[in-house]
Amino acid sequence: MKQDIILAGVGGQGILSIAFVIDNAALAEGLFFKQAEVHGMAQRGGAVQSHMRLSDRAIWSDLIPKGEADMILSVEPLEALRYLDYLRPDGVVVTSSTPYKNIPDYPDLEKVLDAVRKAPRAVIVDSERLAKEAGTAKAQNIVLLGAASGFLILKEAGLRAMIESLFKGRGGPVIEANLKAFDLGRKAASGS
Amino acid sequence: MGRQILLGDEAVALGAVHAGLSAGYSYPGTPASEIMEYLVRLSAERKDFTAAWSVNEKVAYEEALGASYAGKRALVSFKHVGLNVAADPFMNSALTGANGGLVVVSADDPGMHSSQNEQDSRYYAQFAQVFCYEPADHQEAYDMTREAYDVSERFGLPVLMRLVTRLSHSRSSVETREPRAQNSLNPGDRNDWTLLPVNARRRFGLLLDRQAEMTRFSEGNPFNVLRLNDRDRTLGVIAAGVGYNYFREAWGTDEGLPSFLKVSTYPLPGSLVRALVEHVGTVLVVEDGYPFIERQIQGLFGIAGKTVLGRLSGALPRSGELSPDSVRKALGLEPLPAHGRSGLPLAGRPPQLCAGCPHADTFKALNKALESYPGAGVFSDIGCYTLGALPPYNAIETCVCMGASVSMARGASDAGLRPAVSVIGDSTFAHSGITPLLGAAASDVDMTVFILDNATTAMTGGQPSFGSGERLKRIVEGVGVAPEHIRTIEPLPKNHDKNVGIIREELDHRGLSVVIAVRECIQESRKRRS
Repeated sequence: MKQDIILAGVGGQGILSIAFVIDNAALAEGLFFKQAEVHGMAQRGGAVQSHMRLSDRAIWSDLIPKGEADMILSVEPLEALRYLDYLRPDGVVVTSSTPYKNIPDYPDLEKVLDAVRKAPRAVIVDSERLAKEAGTAKAQNIVLLGAASGFLILKEAGLRAMIESLFKGRGGPVIEANLKAFDLGRKAASGS
Repeated sequence: MGRQILLGDEAVALGAVHAGLSAGYSYPGTPASEIMEYLVRLSAERKDFTAAWSVNEKVAYEEALGASYAGKRALVSFKHVGLNVAADPFMNSALTGANGGLVVVSADDPGMHSSQNEQDSRYYAQFAQVFCYEPADHQEAYDMTREAYDVSERFGLPVLMRLVTRLSHSRSSVETREPRAQNSLNPGDRNDWTLLPVNARRRFGLLLDRQAEMTRFSEGNPFNVLRLNDRDRTLGVIAAGVGYNYFREAWGTDEGLPSFLKVSTYPLPGSLVRALVEHVGTVLVVEDGYPFIERQIQGLFGIAGKTVLGRLSGALPRSGELSPDSVRKALGLEPLPAHGRSGLPLAGRPPQLCAGCPHADTFKALNKALESYPGAGVFSDIGCYTLGALPPYNAIETCVCMGASVSMARGASDAGLRPAVSVIGDSTFAHSGITPLLGAAASDVDMTVFILDNATTAMTGGQPSFGSGERLKRIVEGVGVAPEHIRTIEPLPKNHDKNVGIIREELDHRGLSVVIAVRECIQESRKRRS
């Protein structure tokens, strides 16, 4: 049993928080994992990705080979497209439909979403709307994690526990909002 | 002790603490910063060892060397180019030797994710003739760091730990072991540590005498693994550090696995390399960074009857970071089937200055002021403000190494370029900008130095700066810059016109001026408020 995931987004969108939840849930389930991430220069509003590998056996490479990724999980639709050559022919793309436009030449959003829909399996969720509905616009990353959760080899309860752990210093309402964001994302994905 | 999730950097840091670390020093730099970040956090909790950011890497190295002299275990960490800054004490410490265990962590950045070059620190270990470890994964990063302290004390030498970005910034779980106690105070012998020629010659002789023993130790070290395949003797693989991971990943199965030697320590385990090379017809060398092993095996003339493949031969790309894909290709395996790109042209998303960044306002004012000086040269430095090279600012012409903006502006001014402008951040100024300014002030060189004082080391995540605020002003006065030509601006949109005026006045001054742009980093001010 193994699962390789490319996490994608723009610096500051909370990719590493998604990774934190998955890493810790994997450890709690006794799985091996490796998670390569980007720091430094690349974080300044640039494209960021993290290679997340889960397995019940030891993992060699920190990087996912091209063609091995089971999932691209992106907090931003254009960024989802950047790593398609890593996706298995039968892989799934889970992405937000909310563009992050900090560049002058952002392509037409409909074309971007059309390109996402050409993936063998594509789940597109309106993370901005769902995060606001959950009570905090900051929780778009957790909406996406919820949307991806049905595809993950990790238990839902384990993920929820780690979301609580991630936000435990921020107080009850923040934890509640993020758990709701997770649930809304999960529900949106199951309906799509 | 149980399993915990650690970055590769953190595994090294925790390994050092569990080996009985008394003092760690560092200057921030990607991908090494998280080593000291972790030590600082742990030290604040435990309060039984020192963890300190230093003014620069040379200072950090010497601080660690002092702790080693005193008999305590010390660590110094930096990015690969930091070892250039610390090269002087590093080279000489191979002669003084280490008293308490001294581990030097140099994190290379193959692929230049966040660096000016992709130099390979293994050459430094060879240059200084000291032992070097190259971990492939997190567990090895922890275990090897612990062992490195034993080796340092056994050979009485500093030990280099070579990391690469891919391990430094990858997370995995690590099984830790019982920590051991720190050393007691036990200063070194003055005859070993005073490198007068009479002592230095003797110490160098001892270093040379130890080389054969170090190679034997490397040959017997269980981190180096030799597996010979007797059924298929066509191909053998020598794989070092993370290169070993890519080799095993690409092959995928134990079935028909080619003969291989996993290299984890240097000097190279010569007898193991020989055993592998003799066993096979073709040797593929998989190493991230420079073709360090490949070049040594090939020598000038190659090996008769053998084919050696690697980054020199072209089997692997000569530059950039290795990947499971490039190694797969070098092994002669077909690419995996993949979904493939969408065909839609994807706009790039390069890093940029944050919205509201004070540097942006400084660059806007500087660009405006320079409109009437088409011959100007703007020399810059290492930090977030290096992003001023990109649109929409296009504000700087150079980025070379820490502090170079000040010295290069002086050289360009001497050469006749006017106005010669330097743009440097407060932390970089403290690191390596003060000394060139001291020189420029002594002869009142016609140049204008901008110190962008955002009160932090921003690019690497907000480590402390040693020369900020009032202290920075006093430093600039203290090196001899005329007080009337030390100007302060607050880079805010509302001050734009006023700032342009001040900058023009100082560009027109035929002598040395320093303009200090004071406004806190937007990220740090947010962190402070949240």
